[in-house]
Amino acid sequence: MAGSVTFANVDSIQMQLLEEVAGLHQVPAGAYNIRANGQMAARAASANIEIISKEDKTGIDIRIKPGTKNESVHIPVVLSQSGLTEMVYNDFYIGDDADVVIVAGCGIHNGGDGDSRHDGLHRFFVGKNSKVKYVEKHYGSGDGRGKRIMDPQTQVTMEENSYMEMEMVQIKGVDSTRRSTKADLAAGAKLIIRERLLTHGTQFAESSFVVNLNGEDSSANVISRSVAKEDSTQIFNAEINGNAKCAGHSECDAIIMDNAKISAIPKITANNTDAALIHEAAIGKIAGEQIVKLMTLGLTEEEAEAQIVNGFLK
Amino acid sequence: MLTLENVSFGVQEDRKEKEIIHDLTLTIDDHKFVVITGPNGGGKSTLARLIAGIERPTQGRIAFDGTDITDKSITERANLGISYAFQQPVRFKGVQVLDLIRLAAKKKLAAADACVYLSEVGLCAKDYINREINASLSGGELKRIEIATVLARGTKLSVFDEPEAGIDLWSFQNLIAVFERMRDRTDGSILIISHQERILNIADEIVVIADGRITAQGPKEDILPGLLGTASAVDACSKFYKGGQ
Repeated sequence: MAGSVTFANVDSIQMQLLEEVAGLHQVPAGAYNIRANGQMAARAASANIEIISKEDKTGIDIRIKPGTKNESVHIPVVLSQSGLTEMVYNDFYIGDDADVVIVAGCGIHNGGDGDSRHDGLHRFFVGKNSKVKYVEKHYGSGDGRGKRIMDPQTQVTMEENSYMEMEMVQIKGVDSTRRSTKADLAAGAKLIIRERLLTHGTQFAESSFVVNLNGEDSSANVISRSVAKEDSTQIFNAEINGNAKCAGHSECDAIIMDNAKISAIPKITANNTDAALIHEAAIGKIAGEQIVKLMTLGLTEEEAEAQIVNGFLK
Repeated sequence: MLTLENVSFGVQEDRKEKEIIHDLTLTIDDHKFVVITGPNGGGKSTLARLIAGIERPTQGRIAFDGTDITDKSITERANLGISYAFQQPVRFKGVQVLDLIRLAAKKKLAAADACVYLSEVGLCAKDYINREINASLSGGELKRIEIATVLARGTKLSVFDEPEAGIDLWSFQNLIAVFERMRDRTDGSILIISHQERILNIADEIVVIADGRITAQGPKEDILPGLLGTASAVDACSKFYKGGQ
């Protein structure tokens, strides 16, 4: 194991955020770019993965060579300076026949009174036959009155027979988030999106997905599991458009607690007779019987509730 | 030892109090295998829920090993050593079979140790240990997992509410074997709500409850002959082929 403090320009609060959003406690293997308080704090390329700063705006281009296998890219962003607002543009060019893991994520620690805000536009161009696993975690901490805000936009263009799995996680701490994800799939491409969300306090979270199944035998599965506690509000929009012989499925499963509000607005459109599309949406509170069952195993009511929520979001 | 003393329980129905259990007194001795039977709607399941603390009596006292538990919560009773297997087990999205068995055992069991309990109820452990307890499991599978959680707890008193409900005939044969093994091995007492003749047949003691009252109670040898052929002691096949209880 390398030492715990490994990035010269990253302080201890930022290190904690990095651990939360990207599981980083040392220099990651493979390529990485770490952005802290609006500045590049560390960067490394690999033989197959280039990271280049954009010249016309804030952000980076990540270029992954065709045939790159079993490599990873970490590009976490952390903010610990209250009142900082930024917008970044990151483009990922993944060559044909690659197999890579991309870990993004944003952590904001706001101990002050100003709103801290990170917005990003991530564009993915996934080459033919490539496999990408993308993990994006959002996390907020700090007890300042300033809000922690993140509005991520993701645009995915998938070429023939490519495969992408996106895992988007936001568990606590982010006051306001509007996530927009749009994907276009060519023939044989397959997209899986898994979202897990927990809101509390007066937080607001909106997720909007638009998936266009353009090519023959393309498929998409959008799965959202969320828990809304206290006075928080969640909106889930999932739109799947079947423009060819394709298969699409969206599922929103939510647990509502306290005074929270949740809307699930699934929409499926078939523009081709061979498009097979399904949507499912369910919102409900924790069943009393579930709590009782765990209490008969010796858990208190609070422990039972926490266990059910943790399992649901696992 | 579990004692119920003059226990009554009622619910509000059409603005009137409807009493389900009337002034019932019952003792379950240590190391006993007791089966409670009787007609449907007679109050058997309510009695099991009163013992587990899911319902509270409107009158009377319940004591367990000398401690008055009448006002104790479900959690407190569970931690004193009372286990309760649901008639209709609960599903949990996202919670795996291993998680539930670990919660039941109250320790971080190794997967291999958790598997022992699943094998005991006739489930091939490696196929089930990582399964979610969700709608993908059949009623019979859920029921067996429910019984495994009670086995994993290994408490002084285990209460099973109609363990045969929702189980197919093949599984039912194995279920009898599970209870027989439990009877031979366990240190504590076992209380089963059932009308199944084959379960009644392995009891030390049988209690018959009808209209919220005990109508007969005693050793199996004395009680069972009078029940045969009635709805309180149906044979396994009538459950499956005659649409019996």
